[in-house]
Amino acid sequence: MATAPHLAREAKRHRELITPEGLALNLTIASRGARAGAIILDFILIHVTMLVVTLLLMYLAFGVFGVSGLSAGGPLELLAVVWLIMMFLFRYAYFLYFELGPRGATPGKRITGIRIAARDGGRLTAEAVIARNLLRDIELFLPLVLVAGAQSGDGGLAGLAALAWFAIFMTFPFFNRDAMRAGDLVAGTFVVEAPGRRREGALDVSRAALGQEEVQGSHAYRFGEAELGIYGEYELQVLERILRDNRADAMAQVAETICAKIGWTTGRGDERAFLEAFYAQLRARLESELRFGKRKADKHATSE
Amino acid sequence: MALMDFFRRRKAGATPDLDAAALRSDRFRLERQGDWQRLEAIVARLEAGRLRRISDDDLLALPALYRMAASSLAIARETTLDAATLNYLETLVQRAWFQLYGTRSSLGSWLRRFFGGGWSEAVRAITPDVLIALAAMVAGTLVGWLLVSGDPHWFHALVPGEFGGQRAPGASADTLRSTIFGEQQGTTGLSAFAAYLFGNNTKVAILAFALGFAFGVPSILLLIHNMALLGAMLWLFDGAGLGTDFVAWLSVHGTTELFAILLAGGAGIHVGRNMAFPGNRSILAAAAQSGQRAAIVMTGVVVMLMVAAFLEGFVRQLVNVTPARFAIGGAMLAFWVAYFYVLRRRPAMGAD
Repeated sequence: MATAPHLAREAKRHRELITPEGLALNLTIASRGARAGAIILDFILIHVTMLVVTLLLMYLAFGVFGVSGLSAGGPLELLAVVWLIMMFLFRYAYFLYFELGPRGATPGKRITGIRIAARDGGRLTAEAVIARNLLRDIELFLPLVLVAGAQSGDGGLAGLAALAWFAIFMTFPFFNRDAMRAGDLVAGTFVVEAPGRRREGALDVSRAALGQEEVQGSHAYRFGEAELGIYGEYELQVLERILRDNRADAMAQVAETICAKIGWTTGRGDERAFLEAFYAQLRARLESELRFGKRKADKHATSE
Repeated sequence: MALMDFFRRRKAGATPDLDAAALRSDRFRLERQGDWQRLEAIVARLEAGRLRRISDDDLLALPALYRMAASSLAIARETTLDAATLNYLETLVQRAWFQLYGTRSSLGSWLRRFFGGGWSEAVRAITPDVLIALAAMVAGTLVGWLLVSGDPHWFHALVPGEFGGQRAPGASADTLRSTIFGEQQGTTGLSAFAAYLFGNNTKVAILAFALGFAFGVPSILLLIHNMALLGAMLWLFDGAGLGTDFVAWLSVHGTTELFAILLAGGAGIHVGRNMAFPGNRSILAAAAQSGQRAAIVMTGVVVMLMVAAFLEGFVRQLVNVTPARFAIGGAMLAFWVAYFYVLRRRPAMGAD
């Protein structure tokens, strides 16, 4: 399947992970765009929550307790402690809490359809999640502070040097194949596309029931070796998609193309039955060859 | 969904039309899809975190269902050309794998293992790096002292203005004494002050660790720089004949806080050293292994800093006598050393 031409571009992001059972799992590295989107969403979420909490505490302080001046002690001090602890938690515990959860993703990552995974195929440990999030500080928070500070020109030359230093961390994901950031490297994790988000993956089993009814109809059309031999797996998948879409004009066009290729003429209006029969018999043929270890990727491949 | 109805109808019709399915791959799917869907339902509930809604039967069957789906996938990859079934199975097995091999330990059990030996074990494992960090800290203190004693102008370069306050060269012994004895800002506001200190110290510690990523060099520089400040302060108070009192004042929280920063620096150096000298492992494997061990240490560092902030915010301002301060500081140091290096329990962390 990876040989299908339209998938060749994506093959760069495919990774095989060997599970402890010895099964190779096909994972797809999350795109950098999805990850940037996820972190921006998380940032918005964190800061909106921070703002709401701050306003709420201020309302409590000034509205309910009616603070007069700066008389410290009592409820105001308690509120200050609560505020400081909340800010700390939002900064550090937010990522930890969500990435340790069953989905291995923060809300931002969930929305963009990605999650974290252990790079060696083993268990994703709490230590790994902690490690990858400790480094977030020098990768993201500190550079942002520096960029904000650079405008006022306080840092001077040292500020610029520090900025260059942090730029290395920020651009780290662009310089390795797995798009790891420094935290991923230290923790032994990477970010992959979450299963179940890909469109085809969401298909129900019942939709796979194509082959069945067609078999009955296929008595009307019988194809020989030579006629079935012109196509390979890629064409079979295209045909499957066309049958699922079930659009009359597309089916008519495809039926016409196939007929022209194998030298048949087909009656109008019966394209679906024709295509279903062709699909079922082509699949039967290719699968039986598969059992003998012969694969035919597409029509250009010579069936060896 | 219409499609689901379509499927249920077929399932309800007792035997799926196995005979009618001419293709072997279809028969393969029809025979197994019931189990696949059961697995899918369980995994969906696991993902949503609704563990209570899963019956005991289902939980017991989960590993077997997963292995079955995994082997189905392995077979399907070699025998079927039905793209939908393949995609469905790939997705299902991935989802199940993420659940079965996800972070499993609950926070409670993780913390129990953490305090019950995992933390001190990780600390012991990075002993060489802690010693390097210790050397850097001692060197930093000496450098600070020597620089300032050579030329007092260095003091202003080492100690930021807002940090030093009245504590500057030329201040009278009485002024200096007042900064370490007596109620500085009253006893009110202490808890907020402690919370602030904790947040601030944690940032420094995390920085010391995170910078270790660049082969440990920045961690060492950070340690030296911070400790030079301490050395300068020491010189200042010693000059006013308050050396012992200053050390006592500092030791209340300092033994805990400096120990925490020492461990954080050690953790950073550990990661950096393992990446620079990975041995037989690949750099990536070495980084991951040392990074996870360092993460355990760092979690402990945060705990220590909480304790330190408490001591600094409350105890130090309330205890005003030098011997008592020494006693508290010494006791804390003895406690940490005993906890990390003397009390050994069976190792438990990381291996489950």
